[in-house]
Amino acid sequence: MRRYISAYFEDEENLLRATKDLRDKQFSIQDVLTPFPIHGLDPILGFKRSRIPTVGFIAGAIGCILAFGFQTWVFTIDYPLFIGGKPHFAIPSFIPITFELTVLFAAFGMVFAFLIRSKLGPGANNPIHDERITDDRFMIIVDLDEAGNQDELVKEILLKEEAQEIKVKEIDK
Amino acid sequence: MYVSPIREPLVTGKKTYKKITDEISAPIEGKPGKAWYAGITLTVSALLLGLAMMGYTIWEGIGTWGLNKTIGWGWGITNFVWWVGIGHAGTFISAILLLFRQKWRTSINRSAEAMTLFAVLCAGLFPLIHMGRPLLGFFVFPYPNTRELWVNFNSPLLWDVFAISTYFTVSLLFWYVGLIPDIGTIRDRMKSKFKKWIYGLLSFGWTGSAKHWQRHESISLILAGLAAPLVLSVHSIVSTDFATSVIPGWHTTIFPPYFVAGAIFSGFAMVLTLLIITRKVLHLENYITIGHIESMNKIIIATGSIVGIAYITELFIAWYSGVEYEQYAFLNRATGPYWWAYWIMMTCNVISPQLLWFKKLRRNLVFTFILSIFINIGMWFERFVIIVTSLHRDYLPSSWSMYEPTMVEVGIFIGTLGLFFTCFLLFIRVFPVIAIAEVKSVLKSSGDQKKDKSEKH
Repeated sequence: MRRYISAYFEDEENLLRATKDLRDKQFSIQDVLTPFPIHGLDPILGFKRSRIPTVGFIAGAIGCILAFGFQTWVFTIDYPLFIGGKPHFAIPSFIPITFELTVLFAAFGMVFAFLIRSKLGPGANNPIHDERITDDRFMIIVDLDEAGNQDELVKEILLKEEAQEIKVKEIDK
Repeated sequence: MYVSPIREPLVTGKKTYKKITDEISAPIEGKPGKAWYAGITLTVSALLLGLAMMGYTIWEGIGTWGLNKTIGWGWGITNFVWWVGIGHAGTFISAILLLFRQKWRTSINRSAEAMTLFAVLCAGLFPLIHMGRPLLGFFVFPYPNTRELWVNFNSPLLWDVFAISTYFTVSLLFWYVGLIPDIGTIRDRMKSKFKKWIYGLLSFGWTGSAKHWQRHESISLILAGLAAPLVLSVHSIVSTDFATSVIPGWHTTIFPPYFVAGAIFSGFAMVLTLLIITRKVLHLENYITIGHIESMNKIIIATGSIVGIAYITELFIAWYSGVEYEQYAFLNRATGPYWWAYWIMMTCNVISPQLLWFKKLRRNLVFTFILSIFINIGMWFERFVIIVTSLHRDYLPSSWSMYEPTMVEVGIFIGTLGLFFTCFLLFIRVFPVIAIAEVKSVLKSSGDQKKDKSEKH
């Protein structure tokens, strides 16, 4: 059996303070759901920096090498065609396409990484805790122990920050 | 939070988060008004006319256009360059202004980016039709084929293929990633089961989890970082279609920056034309404020002045080069048979935006709207002047000729205008025109309720 407590705030500053308090007291926060990105929340929740930029760099590098390599291969090895007496290996004229494909690969790489890592996509069936989360409610979900010793402590912290609809839920696992 | 007292509020009307959601979602939930139906009837009729003319061109051949042996590029390429240029403002607003942390972008980026997509769509049609056999359009891509040939990677026309298709794809990704949270909002508001299911599918299962937001912020920033040089590259590459040729009037090194500035200039004019109407019809005056209009007007005067300087530099360099062909090309532009096109361009693009130095005019909606139409026209004529007046009198006086569009070309142009506005009208009914989540995130720092409070202190 897994138990957790959920509550929402009407202002992001209450949410930030409550989250900080809970984290300081070593409670495990399952998730925080908000209608827009809250600045300063990531360090409180102890998130590491997203690795999406790295994915973008690697995908971009692949695109860059592929595009430049392919143009070079076509014009120097596979089909060296004379065009106005210009050199076959013409680096400047390969740059535009190389650049475009670098950007294209990086963009696709990052978007796929984002969707796959976040388990988002067409048909993704993520539970929606409350329909007001995408409107104006800031929700927090905190894990509780099975015995119920933590319930009061967590409730107290939440109430102090004017949390509403505090609910303890149990799910069988 | 410290709020600078000299900055105007970006969201007025003392909004709450709930109010923002309600007001921006209203056009999607309500029934469209008479104006919307009238608008879409008009635009779809224009689109149908365009489709008929495109069909006629493809059936009969390019001979139905007014082109001849001397003037091989007429309205078709003019429209292509014009539409691509219009697209640039969207990416400029969403990418470059994001990197510069301009908060006023949040109210206009969504619709401007949608406009980018539709404009590039219209632009892409022209080279395709111009091929004469659009069904063989895939020949432009390098794929292993039975002709055992590759495409010419040294050709700017091929760079264009890559630039425009990458630009469209990356803009679409950027736009859609930004839309996901807002589609989630719409999904959670929908009452009908069917609509909920559709928006649920489109929202990719968005929940608003903190980790997702962190990744979303990160990807938005990096995509902006990629889109910023991309948007500059696209019109630079389009300009090399001309600049790498040996036609007097085209063969100039100034072209890439001159085209990019012109593109952003014309794009902002189109954004203003659309948004001044949209904010009125959809009652979004509290989100797209006079302050926003003024900020856009400031960009118009900056880019418009760059364009003006580029025109004058061109004239100077033509004289200074001492090349008689180059000199004649510019003399002919200003005083030849197409002098009227040149002077429409000069008046609309160089002289009229200078009026925006007056703050009163920058903040005047009617004036801005009329001016934006002038700039749209002026920028169309810029492309026409560059293409047609340079071509019609080339090195050999025996091949000098004149060009006049036929009804078919005019019809296709009207058709793309129809396509553009039809797409936009559908867009405002289906997706939120303003980035809901982004506006909420600037509400506390730039809403008017906070401004009042900080003034009291």
